[in-house]
Amino acid sequence: MNVIIMGCGRVGAQLATMLDEDGHKVTILDREPYSFRKLPANFQGKALVGDGTDEDSLRRAGIEEADVFVAVTQGDNRNVMAAQIAKHVFNVPKVVCRIYDPLREELYHTLGLETISPTTVGAKLLHDVIVG
Amino acid sequence: MYIIVVGGGKIGFYLAKTLLSEGHEVLIIEKDPARCDAICEELGSIAMWGDGCEARTLAEVGTERADMFIAVTDEDEDNLVACQVAKHKFNVPHTIARINNPKNEKIFKKLGIDLTVSSTNIILEHIQEKVPTHPLVHLLTLRGGDLEVVEIKVPPNSPIVGKRMKEIGFPSESVVALMVGKWGAVVPTPDTILEPEAQLIAVTKPEAEEALRAAITGT
Repeated sequence: MNVIIMGCGRVGAQLATMLDEDGHKVTILDREPYSFRKLPANFQGKALVGDGTDEDSLRRAGIEEADVFVAVTQGDNRNVMAAQIAKHVFNVPKVVCRIYDPLREELYHTLGLETISPTTVGAKLLHDVIVG
Repeated sequence: MYIIVVGGGKIGFYLAKTLLSEGHEVLIIEKDPARCDAICEELGSIAMWGDGCEARTLAEVGTERADMFIAVTDEDEDNLVACQVAKHKFNVPHTIARINNPKNEKIFKKLGIDLTVSSTNIILEHIQEKVPTHPLVHLLTLRGGDLEVVEIKVPPNSPIVGKRMKEIGFPSESVVALMVGKWGAVVPTPDTILEPEAQLIAVTKPEAEEALRAAITGT
């Protein structure tokens, strides 16, 4: 698969590494080149400096040929905007968007985005650990 | 009208000030508490400290009864999300977003924002109006954005000067509605000859704009 990941934070870098090891074609995008230090030395994919909410940057990252787009920057709104551009402007078949704020996650989920809220998931996990 | 403004920067501040003087009920939502205090000191208690993208904040300020919702922060993505939450969660009839990247104009429309305002585009339009190398100037977008009215300054060296309208290869999606010169204005017929230094007013589909430009400059 051809995967674009927006945001090279801890999650983005680790996901990129995993998908790269699985043999997928990975392009990872970040506004800050220093973030790419989190990628392993043997990373086969492409690391690109750019803003995932900018149409031109997305084109440069090859979004027109992408099968999957994942938005995992620190900013909920940036993720939401980039994911909607990928889905509605470039018609990427699978778009996944991380949204920390559970209320916002709920709204965009009902609007048809595939969303994950680490806040909700994390709280549930902790709850299960505590309560058993 | 009840108007909610997200972002209490310079644009939000002067917007609110003007709307208040016109008798509207205005509320500014601003993230920076110090900025909030400064606004309240100057305009009265019309600013609230909060995040205009958060549904909880918007519920608190009665967004469901707002007639208009305007997002003018510095960040395009924040303006998009604030307007989308207002629209989809609170059914605000009119949402307006400020944008910085001119390319976001089309994207925001596609994502359901009623109106976008781009200062970059406004300045660009003024430049186009002043610089003669830009033969095409946008005058207005007709309802729905499917058609636009443009003004064309025919360059003096253009190959179409002296030709009849029917001989010029205008794209079929463009209609030349008016020819204006020092001598006045005429509605051109297929046999009208294009006078030197004329300006044309045309109605065109946005996608035919490039072909229209090419027909006029002969490139």
